Amino acid sequence: MSENFRLNKGGLINRNKKISFTFNGKKYFGYEGDTLASALLANGVHLVGRSFKYHRPRGFFGAGVDEPYAIVQMNRNNEVDPNVRATEQELFEGLEAKSVNCWPNVNFDIGAINNFLNKFFPAGFYYKTFMWPKSFWYKIYEPIIRKAAGFGAASIKHDKERYEHKYEYCDLLIAGSGPSGLASAYAAAKNGAKIILAEDKSRYGGSLLTSEVTIGNQSGQEWAEQIISELKSMPNVIVKNRSQVFGYYDHNMLVMSERVSDHLPKTDKYTPKQRLWYIRAKEVVISSGSIERPLVFGNNDTPGVMLSSAAKEYLKVYGVLVGKKPIIFTNNDSGYEAAIEFKKNGIDSIVLDTRKDANSEIIKQAKELNINIRFSYVVVAAKGYKKVNSADIAKISDDKKNISNIENIKCDCICVSGFWTPTIHLASQSGNKTKFNEEIDAFVPSHSKQKETTLGSANGIFTLEETLKTSFEKGSELSKKITNKENKVSIPTVAEKKSSKHDKFWCVPLPRGKKYKRFLDFQNDVAVSDIQLALREGYRSIEHVKRYTTLGMATDQGKTSNLNGLQLVSEVENKVVPQVGHTTFRPPYTPVSIGAIVGREVGKYSKPTRKSPMHYWHKKNNAVFVDAGVWLRPRYYKQGNENLFEASKREAKNVRQNVGVCDVTTLGKIDIKGTDSAEFLNRVYTNAWLKLPVGKARYGVMLREDGIVMDDGTTTRISENHYHMTTTTAQAANVLSHLEYYLQLVWPELNVNVVSSTEQWAGAAIAGPKSRDVLQKLFPNLDVSNEGLPFMGYMEGNLFGVNAKIFRISFSGELAYEVNVESDHGNFMWEKIMEIGKEFNIQPYGTEALSTLRIEMGHVAGSELDGRTIPYDNSLDGLVSKKKDFIGKRSLSKKAYIESDRQKVVGVVPLDKKTSIPEGSYIVKDAKAKLPNPKLGHVSASCWSVEYDNPFSLAIIKDGKNMIGQKLFAMSPLKNKIIPVEIVSSHYVDPKGERVRS
Amino acid sequence: MLYIKCPHCGLRPQTEFSYGGDATVKRPELNKEVSDQDWDNFVYLRKSPRGKHLELWQHISGCRQWIKVERDTLTHEIFTTLKANENI
Ligand SMILES: [Zn+2]
Repeated sequence: MSENFRLNKGGLINRNKKISFTFNGKKYFGYEGDTLASALLANGVHLVGRSFKYHRPRGFFGAGVDEPYAIVQMNRNNEVDPNVRATEQELFEGLEAKSVNCWPNVNFDIGAINNFLNKFFPAGFYYKTFMWPKSFWYKIYEPIIRKAAGFGAASIKHDKERYEHKYEYCDLLIAGSGPSGLASAYAAAKNGAKIILAEDKSRYGGSLLTSEVTIGNQSGQEWAEQIISELKSMPNVIVKNRSQVFGYYDHNMLVMSERVSDHLPKTDKYTPKQRLWYIRAKEVVISSGSIERPLVFGNNDTPGVMLSSAAKEYLKVYGVLVGKKPIIFTNNDSGYEAAIEFKKNGIDSIVLDTRKDANSEIIKQAKELNINIRFSYVVVAAKGYKKVNSADIAKISDDKKNISNIENIKCDCICVSGFWTPTIHLASQSGNKTKFNEEIDAFVPSHSKQKETTLGSANGIFTLEETLKTSFEKGSELSKKITNKENKVSIPTVAEKKSSKHDKFWCVPLPRGKKYKRFLDFQNDVAVSDIQLALREGYRSIEHVKRYTTLGMATDQGKTSNLNGLQLVSEVENKVVPQVGHTTFRPPYTPVSIGAIVGREVGKYSKPTRKSPMHYWHKKNNAVFVDAGVWLRPRYYKQGNENLFEASKREAKNVRQNVGVCDVTTLGKIDIKGTDSAEFLNRVYTNAWLKLPVGKARYGVMLREDGIVMDDGTTTRISENHYHMTTTTAQAANVLSHLEYYLQLVWPELNVNVVSSTEQWAGAAIAGPKSRDVLQKLFPNLDVSNEGLPFMGYMEGNLFGVNAKIFRISFSGELAYEVNVESDHGNFMWEKIMEIGKEFNIQPYGTEALSTLRIEMGHVAGSELDGRTIPYDNSLDGLVSKKKDFIGKRSLSKKAYIESDRQKVVGVVPLDKKTSIPEGSYIVKDAKAKLPNPKLGHVSASCWSVEYDNPFSLAIIKDGKNMIGQKLFAMSPLKNKIIPVEIVSSHYVDPKGERVRS
Repeated sequence: MLYIKCPHCGLRPQTEFSYGGDATVKRPELNKEVSDQDWDNFVYLRKSPRGKHLELWQHISGCRQWIKVERDTLTHEIFTTLKANENI
């Protein structure tokens, strides 16, 4: 297809490089430097999508970030990219895009039937209709809404693209490279400030790219180019295009998304697709410009109706005519600029100006060019379904209430200008108390909360001369505060045409008997009648009106609709706009892809993975790993075709019968030194610590101040003022913070230092009746007999040239030892243990066997110490000192904690000795009781007892100590199981604890 | 994201810190009689002021020191930061 709407010359595109692309399966071509929108318009394609609610045909309305309609689905490098704005997507060879929100296709869309049924789709439709009947919701309403809702379809595949995060610090962040951004950046850069200048589009210059102005002796565009190239050459300046500062957060942190590769056919191997910048700026300059406001009239959403500034941009930047028979409908001078641009390219337009009369340099120029101007005229309604083909226009009375002399004139586009709305999103996000400026009928930033300054048209300043002057001055002033340097920059002279005052008129009344839809929010299909209905139904607050009608809630965040919505509410309510106020602007200013937000923290990179020094031995020996906090731990070592159950049973059994070895490197370890260490431990743990001799370990439980068990573990007195504390894997970090809290804030007078030594030590637990034999062979020169190294004893040894710490402690309930060596020697130690243990049938065991061993011993762990239990619940009464005070002690005398029927950990065995009890099951008295069946407690941990060869569980149940011997039921509604059980002692194996002392 | 001036390390982003609650709460002394009411107040009851709040933060990914931060809970403005042993 040929480009019928491309001018032969002009624009900033590269006419030497033709680019082919497809849209809805049809092939077109454009040029390098086009956007998808400009290339489609050059080919005369206006119909790009269907609207959200009524599925009305929609075309292009803008030329940039404000675009409400032209959202397409892209196919790039075999990846799907939903919800791409065609006005921002740069053209590349082979680009594939298609329309969204239409089925089966954009030309024939079944959903458009909603348009004819639109009286059934008023404001609040979803709230009202789908409330009743309730049973219809899941089966009928929701599936239909889900199919009809939304725009693009997200890919269900893993996104192969790479996204990065970057942290940057600067003196000034300048958002927007229009005249105010360039001037302030230039002045600040000259003062030596570190600057980031961000531009959303690919081209720098903002309004200078399309306006007819002279700066010094250059055109606006030439001046912008020169400033940018100077800035780029300065070492203290970062200039970024395709970069949208979308969020302004606390303490001057802003987030910017850089579209690094979206404009290319595919991403280079070592380049991200997008990069998210977290920028901490000392000062922020908001130079985000302004967006033209629509005028509201009948069928103002018809393809071919667009902003006059967009029409001008397509002409001047892309050499594209949006139509050959345009109507310009304006309430201010901006519309004339488009008309003049059309005329210069041989296109005659008709200008309908809502004002009774107006005079200015621009209007004079238009008149001199013989442009047809009609004052006091309006467009009543656009005609045409998939494209404008004519317009009903009319004369409007001086009070703007009545229209007359309606006539139909042919046209192929209607360019509207309802004056300008400053883009105050970032300022508002920062907490700026905005104020309403009557002069321009719009909100502008006022009192800054953070270090932020808004310049140029974003601040409601619409003349270039004043914009440049204030921006040079502000840029210099702000940077001087930071750098204490001042290099005066002379402000260039400016030649621009002066404008006359705009007309406050914005909405054309309906002719008698006509019910044209007049749209305010183009993306969410909110019409004037919807707002009126919401107000009739009693909605008053603009925040409520917004939510009820969805005005401004679409992905464009109401960039073109907010102010007209406010004007309407204020008119109906007989208030002024500032009384109505505006809704809160929230980040992001433009949609940000989930990939960019996640960055590299995806899949296995979503959290750090810690591996023990023995990890690769485990891997080589068929370990199946499990996540334990951030650690990877062997869950079991697979032999042949074993499953988890079989393997863990084998491993646990071997510990009970022979000897096993378990990697316990992940246990938290804290080194404690100082003359008051004993006193400190005495306050931290519930039991007594002052008399623990050197060379002895002790088991301890620590509480939170509310009496709940925080953690347990053993701590060993290495020397007089040196202790080695162990914590559970999961609580290691919390325990360290807890200790630091008390040392730094509560008892700073204690002379104690704590430091984490978890990663400094590799640990191996050797457990089982033959563990002493293994230990003796590992340390042939040591006396490791029951007398030489008794239970809870500690000694240091030499393991074939490596220093080792030997603790006689047990988690499995068997005779057991833990050997620690410096991490670098961990693998050496492990291999030695395996080698020496061979003759004693040693086998490694994983966390599953470890759990089995501790559960059948009734040794409480994380599933019982779950942040809801106190020491008594866990039968740890003997560890609670009556004599001394400690953290959390006062709470233990709380009434609820000393109730006689307090919950307690017990053992649970199924009566059939076969059925395993699912963890989390409820223990109940009567399996057939009416629901809700009162529960006595829950099953906290389950295993297959290798000692008795039947299932065994731990449970925490009310009045546990009096329940031993009772026959109850374990119910798991999730697994649909009711299991008759007997309550037994939690110490199922070796209740007297003889083995550990043997 | 807040920008917190650690009195030991300087300005650091919030992600390096963890929050520790009201800094004005004083733990009752050890081995002293404490009424149920006083103990409950210490363990559970905290003010939730709108405005200035002296609170604890720990620089966990930095020097690991607990510090005091005077912050406006409404605007997030930070007025001053102190070492653990300093008081306003
Ligand atoms: Zn610090």
